[in-house]
Amino acid sequence: MDEALLRGLVPGVLGILVRRGADFAAAEDAVQDALVEAVRVWPGEPPRDPKGWLVTVAWRRFLDATRADAARRRREDLVGEEPEPGPVPAADDTLWLYFLCAHPSLTPSSAVALTLRAVGGLTTRQIARAYLVPETTMGQRISRAKKAVAGAGLERPGDVATVLRVLYLVFNEGYSGDVDLAAEAIRLTRQLAAAVDHPEVAGLLALMLLHHARRAARTAPDGALVPLAEQDRGRWDTGAIAEGIGILQAALARDRLGEFQAQAAIAALHADAPTAEETDWPQIVEWYDELVRLTGSPVVRLNRAVAVGEADGPRAGLAALAELDPALPRHPAVAAYLRERDGDPVAAARLYAEAARQAPNLAERDHLTRQAARLNARRED
Amino acid sequence: MAKYLLLKHYRGAPAAVNDVPMDRWTPEEISAHVRYMNDFAGRLEETGEFVDGQALSPEGMWVRYDGEGRPPVTDGPFAETKDLIAGWMIIDVDSRERAVELAGELSAAPGAGGRPIHEWLEVRPFLGAHPTVTE
Repeated sequence: MDEALLRGLVPGVLGILVRRGADFAAAEDAVQDALVEAVRVWPGEPPRDPKGWLVTVAWRRFLDATRADAARRRREDLVGEEPEPGPVPAADDTLWLYFLCAHPSLTPSSAVALTLRAVGGLTTRQIARAYLVPETTMGQRISRAKKAVAGAGLERPGDVATVLRVLYLVFNEGYSGDVDLAAEAIRLTRQLAAAVDHPEVAGLLALMLLHHARRAARTAPDGALVPLAEQDRGRWDTGAIAEGIGILQAALARDRLGEFQAQAAIAALHADAPTAEETDWPQIVEWYDELVRLTGSPVVRLNRAVAVGEADGPRAGLAALAELDPALPRHPAVAAYLRERDGDPVAAARLYAEAARQAPNLAERDHLTRQAARLNARRED
Repeated sequence: MAKYLLLKHYRGAPAAVNDVPMDRWTPEEISAHVRYMNDFAGRLEETGEFVDGQALSPEGMWVRYDGEGRPPVTDGPFAETKDLIAGWMIIDVDSRERAVELAGELSAAPGAGGRPIHEWLEVRPFLGAHPTVTE
């Protein structure tokens, strides 16, 4: 049984339950129950209409749970018979669900957890494992998030940008546990792109595909980080690159540039270069200028300094770097890289060691420590 | 989302404001302290921020490899060690500010006289997983 296919039906099924009058939290629980049932029953008896099957089972579960609840409260007259589903098309249900789960009243971690469960159809246990927290903790996080958005109703809360930020967070978490979060983020973004016509959704999908295409080449067999310039480009996924570039070009043609399209454009220029030396750095700098204009982000300016260093030489890169706050994360790493290229291995080694001390994760720290060690060893030769 | 380790020390932290050794508290004060710690962990579980919490015995030893075919060398108990960890709590929170807020709350656990201990807790961020997009 294709689990991704099954989970792809979740937003539509959940949307139908809510339109029939189920409250969101109870409907979501009922859909999870139906998914568990599907995984058990379908391999033996595949249904002719999978979505219809899920709706029927989930609705029955919802009625059972509500009746049990109502009986407890002696208010049995609350639940009516099955009403007709509304005339609203499925794409709208899907969209409504994305907006609800990325509701601005939620913290980022709650929005991520709720999106993975209610939109993605993952179990609480799978989400807990992916984020390395106990299942009870994740269960509470999700149930609080459901309560927080319960009163949000059917109108669209928030905007596309908040949904995209949540999906980007899921993508960037990478991989742990038995769920590939990057692949799941791509699936969810693809599903969103099918439900809404928005160039930034396309931009994010392209960005994810272009980064994902390099995944196999990004890590050495021992887990060490392989920088872009040293990656074996033969291991890049050309299918994903072609798809990402196609999606990006269609989005850019609409002339409504946004942050994710600009980032995807930079990723596309890297993906397009047959060798690191053939990278079109001047054009990458232009895209960074666009990104600075769009976001004003100091992190973008830092990355721009690297690109300037490649396009116009390390001196120009260092000049661009000099305008930035040295307290920025990864500032010493960028400074180290540019110093080495400018022929100052002593300063570079010191900066790499400093960068390693500040690194936010193990793979980066080990990579930076190795850079410092390489320069120090050369000096002692 | 980031994980932080809140470290509690037997020795090695700067002195607390209400710095009375636990064996000089009344039994009720000890119970109140334990209750506070349990309630704190319970509350974090409810907010979806709790990962783990453990206490450590002050007893312990140093162990090191002593070469091929030899048993490891042990030494201790480490009476002279400056730094002695009493326990930890691991939290998973949205921001550094939230980690500081929670550590502050934990440090307010009641001690002698039922007053907050104001003990110093060490707060250390975990080195996270490598994000996909940094190139």
